Amino acid sequence: MRIALFITCVNDTLFPDTGRAVVRLLERLGHEVVFPEDQTCCGQMHYNTGYRRPATRLAVRFVKTFEGADAVVVPSGSCAAMIRDNYPRLGAGGSRLSRKVAGLAPRVYDLTEFLVDVLGVTDVGAYYPHKVAYHPTCHGLRMLGLGDRPYRLLRAVRGLELVELEGATECCGFGGTFAVKNGDVSSAMGADKARHAVETGAEVLCAVDNSCLMHIGGILSRQRSGMRVAHIAEILASTEKGGSAGPAPDDAPAAKEAVTR
Amino acid sequence: MSASRTGRTPGRGGAAGGGPRGPVPSSRERILGRVRAALADVPSDEPAVRAPGRGFADSHAAGPTLDVFEDRLRDYKAQVRRVPADRVAAEVAAALDRRGAQRVVAPPGVPDAWFDGAAAERLPDSREEPLSVGDLNGVDGVVTGCSVAIAETGTIVLDGSPDQGRRAITLVPDYHLCVVRAEQVVDGVPQAVRLLDPARPLTWISGPSATSDIELNRVEGVHGPRTLEVLLVEAAP
Amino acid sequence: MSATFLGIPPFPEAARAAVDDSRTRHNLRRATHTIRDKRASVVGELNDDWQLLRAEGAAVKEHTLRHLDRYLEQLEESVTRAGGRVHWAADAEEANAIVTRLVKATGETDVVKVKSMATQEIELNNALAEAGITAYETDLAELIVQLGDDLPSHILVPAIHLGRAQIREIFLDQMAEWGTPAPPGLTDDPRALAEAARLHLRERFLRTRTAISGANFAVADSGTLVVLESEGNGRMCLTLPQTLISVVGIEKIVPTWSDLEVFMQLLPRSSTGERMNPYTSTWTGVTPGDGPQEFHLVLLDNGRTDVLADTVGRQALRCIRCSACLNTCPVYERTGGHAYGSVYPGPIGAILTPQLRGMSSAVDEALPYASSLCGACYEVCPVAIDIPEVLVHLREEVSAGRGHLGEKALMAGAEAVFSSSRALGAAQRAAGLGRNLVPGHLPGTAGEWTDTRDVPDVPAESFRSWWNKRGKGQR
Repeated sequence: MRIALFITCVNDTLFPDTGRAVVRLLERLGHEVVFPEDQTCCGQMHYNTGYRRPATRLAVRFVKTFEGADAVVVPSGSCAAMIRDNYPRLGAGGSRLSRKVAGLAPRVYDLTEFLVDVLGVTDVGAYYPHKVAYHPTCHGLRMLGLGDRPYRLLRAVRGLELVELEGATECCGFGGTFAVKNGDVSSAMGADKARHAVETGAEVLCAVDNSCLMHIGGILSRQRSGMRVAHIAEILASTEKGGSAGPAPDDAPAAKEAVTR
Repeated sequence: MSASRTGRTPGRGGAAGGGPRGPVPSSRERILGRVRAALADVPSDEPAVRAPGRGFADSHAAGPTLDVFEDRLRDYKAQVRRVPADRVAAEVAAALDRRGAQRVVAPPGVPDAWFDGAAAERLPDSREEPLSVGDLNGVDGVVTGCSVAIAETGTIVLDGSPDQGRRAITLVPDYHLCVVRAEQVVDGVPQAVRLLDPARPLTWISGPSATSDIELNRVEGVHGPRTLEVLLVEAAP
Repeated sequence: MSATFLGIPPFPEAARAAVDDSRTRHNLRRATHTIRDKRASVVGELNDDWQLLRAEGAAVKEHTLRHLDRYLEQLEESVTRAGGRVHWAADAEEANAIVTRLVKATGETDVVKVKSMATQEIELNNALAEAGITAYETDLAELIVQLGDDLPSHILVPAIHLGRAQIREIFLDQMAEWGTPAPPGLTDDPRALAEAARLHLRERFLRTRTAISGANFAVADSGTLVVLESEGNGRMCLTLPQTLISVVGIEKIVPTWSDLEVFMQLLPRSSTGERMNPYTSTWTGVTPGDGPQEFHLVLLDNGRTDVLADTVGRQALRCIRCSACLNTCPVYERTGGHAYGSVYPGPIGAILTPQLRGMSSAVDEALPYASSLCGACYEVCPVAIDIPEVLVHLREEVSAGRGHLGEKALMAGAEAVFSSSRALGAAQRAAGLGRNLVPGHLPGTAGEWTDTRDVPDVPAESFRSWWNKRGKGQR
């Protein structure tokens, strides 16, 4: 299958390793990945902050860039949810945008959904000999309804020990511009999430969204907690063989190797 | 769905007082006018009556109705005894005796037979000849029947019928003994709503009075009767 | 004169103080988690039917709102036919004037009150006090707030921010000022505190001849009003006095008695996390010889028709005040209710308050942002109010207004960067070159981030740059 990758602006700029991992993973599973170069940003930040018109223009741009794709894979639960759940709210009923969104949105998938529902795999042949906790991000959990898909994928990874995270379904407090508009509340939420994560005794906290991980990882790092964060794609892309293995400690996406610093 | 305000009316000050005064429209007309302006988006031919959706089950509890009812009553700290029909008077007498109740109020529809053998004095109360609130505050308890009971929620409903009386008599005394006949118990809330007459003053009672206002811990016993005892009457064997 | 929300700073500032108050946070965490678990358990008992009930609850309310004029007229007719009198109040001032006039007509100077959000909203107690009438709150939590000269911080449990030790202190200090004093040797055992409230209010219930209530539902076809409660203070107020005055928002209507089949299941389970609350009272006008012989219904607009006019925001009027959204909200759990600057705190308050008040202040403008948009509120709402959708909608209203110039510039700048892949690529290269210059602590808004969190290192190479090189290498 020819898969169009929507990398998202945050991953593109700050977490390219996640993108590389997605490419590696999908190619390893025998699929062709294309990267439509006109892509930029889904408009989520504008939309969620109340800037509807710029968000709509970015939605138009997204639709134009991806409308020919068979399947669009997004390594970000919140960006996938923006496209699937919020784009339909942007265009007025019956407008050109809303018609095009209605056609495209069902073909837009979060990475874990795509693997489980479309490709029908849960064992992606990964090897990751670490103790891992999974944080279900809010938009993945409640808007996309990812359910147990990420857990099934992680359980199938050889060497990986999956541990339960207390208060897993509670928001980490990132919330986009919420993190700075209400920094105190955001930090208090993040601190509780980080505490629960550390209490699991896991080495790595993973999620389907690097924005949330940037927030939690930033706290873990500031606290010198010793715990790393990693996008689920990087875990699923890791194999036993050297070169294509998962992230080396200094290649982790956010708040790296607080241990060694 | 942008530009969503269909009719925001400017200003919201208002003339005090209710009735019409000259050319100034009454608040009734103003509010209704604003409601209509606000609903400009609703098509004029949209039906104003809606067929109710009742796809859900009447009840969700497993097990025989009376067992569920008993279990739920106990769960909310009511006392409950299952008694055969020919033992009602004996059980009423025993309950009042255990309670140490000497003067109990009962509405006119409560059969005299229920008090056969009871040592307690029965005080009558009716809409026509009500006891004063002070008198009610001085009695040891109240004995009533009920209108309908709901197993799934452990609820008894009083509707002011002659065997249930005025609302005050089941409120002010600290002890309420309620006699529920097995055939009055329905499985779930929807069935009870269908049986009840909204024109009557209704009191739904699920256990003794309680509060969760202190750290959200449930504590039984505040202003209403602190003890609710239910005699669940089944056909004599 | 009781406390008011005037003067509480906008949410981020008010929240900062609350987050720093470790005792309040402890109380809130305990309380919200307790009720969250209770709700989940009793909602779970209904299995898949919960979603059917929720959908029906939402549909009934939505239908009612879309035909509200008709149902208001029907309710008025039904109540009047049953012996009640109906009054219409366009705003708080008018509602307070009507209630004051009605109380004065009874000749009484004391009234007992059942917990009511509508009368909190219009600050009825202050208006009555100005007219020389004392309103006694009788719900335990309302009593605590009134005695403590405090503000409510929760819809269902207005004293949720207080722990048992604080409540004991308030009772010992204040009960004697208002009536029957607290028993000597009062402990902080919740049973003892509830007993103290019983003793304090007992005589007042038996003596007071006028009561004021709200209502959870007003049934249009039968003219029935419905109050759900737990303690029996509601029954006392609704039953013993001679005169009953109920102040009810116009959105409280349900069309038919049969609709209670739905709402009597949705509300108790969502609200107190019980299968059924201990007491529910329903009354239709006046019943000769039983209960109040004079009944007045005051229908309150006070901004509700403005909410109704907003086709996205309208859904906030479906709210049945269960407070499940507060109990599940991670923001509320950490800030408590006072930070929301309104009697309606939490997620529902964040969408209801600015709409009712008309986005009239910095406090109102900050409320739509008091959420991480995590969606937990929508998930538990028994009438499926899409609170995140309305929050974003209200943010649009704020951003369309004047001010917020820094944010507007930032958003415009971001859009410019995202307007073409070339612009984005250039920005990424610039960031990559400057990556070693980023300090660990940033000034201004960015400092909100770096005060508590490290920033990720900017990678030397963006994904797209890597992809392009890779493509060239492969070709």
